[in-house]
Amino acid sequence: MLSNIQILPEVASTMAGKVDALYFFITAVSVFFFLLVMLLVTFFAIKFRRRSKDERPEPIHGSLKLELLWTVIPFILGMAMFGWGAVLYFDMFTPPVEGMNIYVVGKQWMWKIQHPEGNREINELHVPVGTPVKLIMTSEDVIHSFFVPAFRMKMDVLPGRYTTAWFEATKPGKYHLFCAEYCGTKHSQMTGSVYAMEPVDYQDWLERESVATLSMAQAGEQLYNQLGCGTCHAQEAEPRGPSLYGLHGRAVELLTGNAITADDSYIRESILLPAAKLVAGYGPLMPTYKGQVNEEELLRLVAYIKSLNLDTEDSTSESRGGKELKEHRNE
Amino acid sequence: MSNTVAVASHPEPDNNYWTAGYGLKSWLLTTDHKRIAILYLIMISVFFVIGGLFAVLIRLELLTPAGDLVSSDTYNKLFTLHGLVMIFFFLIPSIPAVMGNFLIPIMIGARDLAFPRINLLSWYVFAIGGMTTFAVVLFGGVDTGWTFYTPYSSTYSKTAVGLTAIGVFITGFSSILTGLNFVVTIHKMRAPGLTWFRLPLFVWAHYATSLIMLIGTPVVAITILLVFLERVFGVGIFDPALGGDPVLFQHLFWFYSHPAVYIMILPSMGVISEVVACFSRKRIFGYGFVAFSSLAIAVLGFLIWGHHMFTSGQSILAGMVFSILTMLVAIPSAVKVFNWTATMYKGSISFETPMIYVFGFLGLFTVGGLTGLFLGALGLDVHVHDTYFVVAHFHYIMVGGAIMGYLAALHFWWPKITGKLYSEAWAKLSAIIIFIGFNLTFFPQFLVGYLGMPRRYHVYPDEFQIFHILSTAGASILAIGYAFPAFYLIWSLFRGEAAPANPWNAKGLEWTVPSPPPKHNFDTIPVVKEEAYDYSRLEEEVV
Ligand code: HEC
Ligand code: HEM
Ligand SMILES: [Cu+2]
Ligand SMILES: [Cu+2]
Repeated sequence: MLSNIQILPEVASTMAGKVDALYFFITAVSVFFFLLVMLLVTFFAIKFRRRSKDERPEPIHGSLKLELLWTVIPFILGMAMFGWGAVLYFDMFTPPVEGMNIYVVGKQWMWKIQHPEGNREINELHVPVGTPVKLIMTSEDVIHSFFVPAFRMKMDVLPGRYTTAWFEATKPGKYHLFCAEYCGTKHSQMTGSVYAMEPVDYQDWLERESVATLSMAQAGEQLYNQLGCGTCHAQEAEPRGPSLYGLHGRAVELLTGNAITADDSYIRESILLPAAKLVAGYGPLMPTYKGQVNEEELLRLVAYIKSLNLDTEDSTSESRGGKELKEHRNE
Repeated sequence: MSNTVAVASHPEPDNNYWTAGYGLKSWLLTTDHKRIAILYLIMISVFFVIGGLFAVLIRLELLTPAGDLVSSDTYNKLFTLHGLVMIFFFLIPSIPAVMGNFLIPIMIGARDLAFPRINLLSWYVFAIGGMTTFAVVLFGGVDTGWTFYTPYSSTYSKTAVGLTAIGVFITGFSSILTGLNFVVTIHKMRAPGLTWFRLPLFVWAHYATSLIMLIGTPVVAITILLVFLERVFGVGIFDPALGGDPVLFQHLFWFYSHPAVYIMILPSMGVISEVVACFSRKRIFGYGFVAFSSLAIAVLGFLIWGHHMFTSGQSILAGMVFSILTMLVAIPSAVKVFNWTATMYKGSISFETPMIYVFGFLGLFTVGGLTGLFLGALGLDVHVHDTYFVVAHFHYIMVGGAIMGYLAALHFWWPKITGKLYSEAWAKLSAIIIFIGFNLTFFPQFLVGYLGMPRRYHVYPDEFQIFHILSTAGASILAIGYAFPAFYLIWSLFRGEAAPANPWNAKGLEWTVPSPPPKHNFDTIPVVKEEAYDYSRLEEEVV
């Protein structure tokens, strides 16, 4: 039994090995200093043990040289750890442009996941290996945290805003998915599995499991029409609201004079709290949709608005997923 | 004694602070800092036992992967109450309110703290806060974790969060009052000749601690009040559904609670300096560096709260600033460890119980501090944040470091406080049991944490079980180790040999007064003519 105790989690993403390398480095430094202190303490304790009650050792006041030495060396090592850690951190939270998006909604106590193609799953996440996967996450209630130890990846999932993280799986397999931020009664049961699959298997899975007939963007379009967004945001000569084509990623000029880049969170906020950031040239006409759409639906609306960029440029995964599925259905 | 003029006229040995008055009232209305220290000692000991019982239940539950002993809700309440009680009602007051209260006036040659009545008040405030927390248990407990993260605490939890908030809020004032008292006392009441750089490092450490208490505690008090307002009156501060920001809470909370971890460890560091000097018969190596490192820790401690939030969506730049400052704060801690080690060089080292605890402290605190580096390194923290790795880290520091220091203090000054000697053999045995039990409990948690076991989990995957079995086994040993002192120390009160004024042949004004000290500490205020820890001038053994 003892022989198969693991002390390292599986290495299954591009980051995992890099994080482990830093772990080994800091472990090595720590073991060195720990042994140094322990050996010195033991050595002094034995060598200078009290042999007679009358011993009055000479006082030593200190040594500036030594103080400098044991300030500067830890400082250098500390800065090395900082630098190394910062580089990893930067990589972890700067997703590559290519790759696919997955939308995650956490709620007490489950993970709801949507693929751009329209597939939905609960407490399971299927991904292909070899493709960067960007997670766009939000919570319906309290704070959760999306944690996959085998990928050395963790990110808090907050209510009221989107957080993102990414990973690229390297090894097919089934891995733990944990909620790492305490969230109430069944926090420890807010767990699931990540299935990393060969790309062909993943395509198979998408098709096999595809109960949804619509991609996320298409479902978003449906909602868009149901909610009557088009009455104001239509492509017409004098629309009541600004055009949403090409909005995602563009700099929007606000009434206040500031500019802001329209990212997922901005679009979400525009739908829930339209008055919070008014676009220059428009009045506070748009009603709030708070309470009418839930977080999953919001993500679909966002996916739809993002897909409106595609008519001009054809690059993100939304399109690929959506179109592939369309073609697939047309067959 | 050569250095002071106080010692010549000892009061009658039985005219001490224990015998200065009898009856409950003489205790509950006392303004004597020594009696207040005893009141604190009794109260925090009760809290330690309660917090320990919660821990026992937690460890038993975790023996198996399934949640079979208690329900999830109960489990969540157990770890919340364990953390709350241990941090706010045991560790934060432990050394300052008991040892600091008792010793600071005597160490600086004063007859009491600057504000004796405020000192008594702070104990009552603490007691009321404590009772409120008992009431929380009666009202069904609380399940937010000691960190109270919003919006869970402010909106979603169905437990007695409001009452708990009131309890912690009240208790905070007791810290503030104690801190205030210490700062003023240390500034104003030092005996003639006792310059800042002649102060024992124990006093320096408490000075730094008091500054943190004064500056930090109001922030957490306000934060908790805000949670209370949101929860009870629906004022939108933290819950996005009410237009608030949940991460704001984390900033405010850690602005206090990171420095609060130093409230817990700095006093312990002060103890280690005293004990290591005494049992090495040496001046502390690099006295000035050890003193200033306490202040450096207190100051830097206020700038690194964000290292608890590397995965909460703060910007990469903010993460980098907090990470670099975190690495810096590790340096003064390292400097202290090196100086203590160097103090032993060419010393005359003996191995009485307090020194055994110092050895324990050095080993465990070093592990705790070094693992802080793992957590401060951004990319690595992302993986281990909120796992058992963090649990192991802070237990190595708070239990391995701070409680070892507390036990060292208790054993070092017990003869002074009570006038009785305890059994060295039992005391050493229990120190060793505690050391072994501690490591067996918490070392496996580093491993299982790196494997990915999240903290605050009631049920967990099977492959982690072996680590939890080791940990629970260790906790059983640890519990036995902690039970021992309760017996032999209490035994010593009744059957122990009378302690001489200076049983360890130690330096410092507290050893110049009889054990236990007289009601007003000194008949004549001593005049200090030498530096701290001047062991080369130690007169002949008295025994
Ligand atoms: C009554 C008219 C009206 C309706 C209906 C309406 N909007 Fe708007 N919308 C506006 C106006 C006017 C603005 C610009 C002022 C502002 O920022 O609120 C706007 C702004 C926006 C923006 C920000 C655009 C930018 O350029 O920054 C988004 C995104 C948006 N709306 C999405 C939607 C969606 C999705 C719906 C349907 C759920 C919707 N709107 C329904 C009038 C409307
Ligand atoms: C010596 C330098 C230290 C460094 C570099 C350090 C670093 C850290 C870091 C980065 C974290 C956050 C980990 C995470 O949540 O992911 C942390 C957590 C913690 N540390 Fe330290 N630490 C140090 C010393 C201490 C000390 C002295 C104490 C207490 C006496 C302490 C107590 C804690 C506690 C209680 C937590 C966890 C709080 C919680 O989430 O409940 N640390 N430490
Ligand atoms: Cu959770
Ligand atoms: Cu901290």
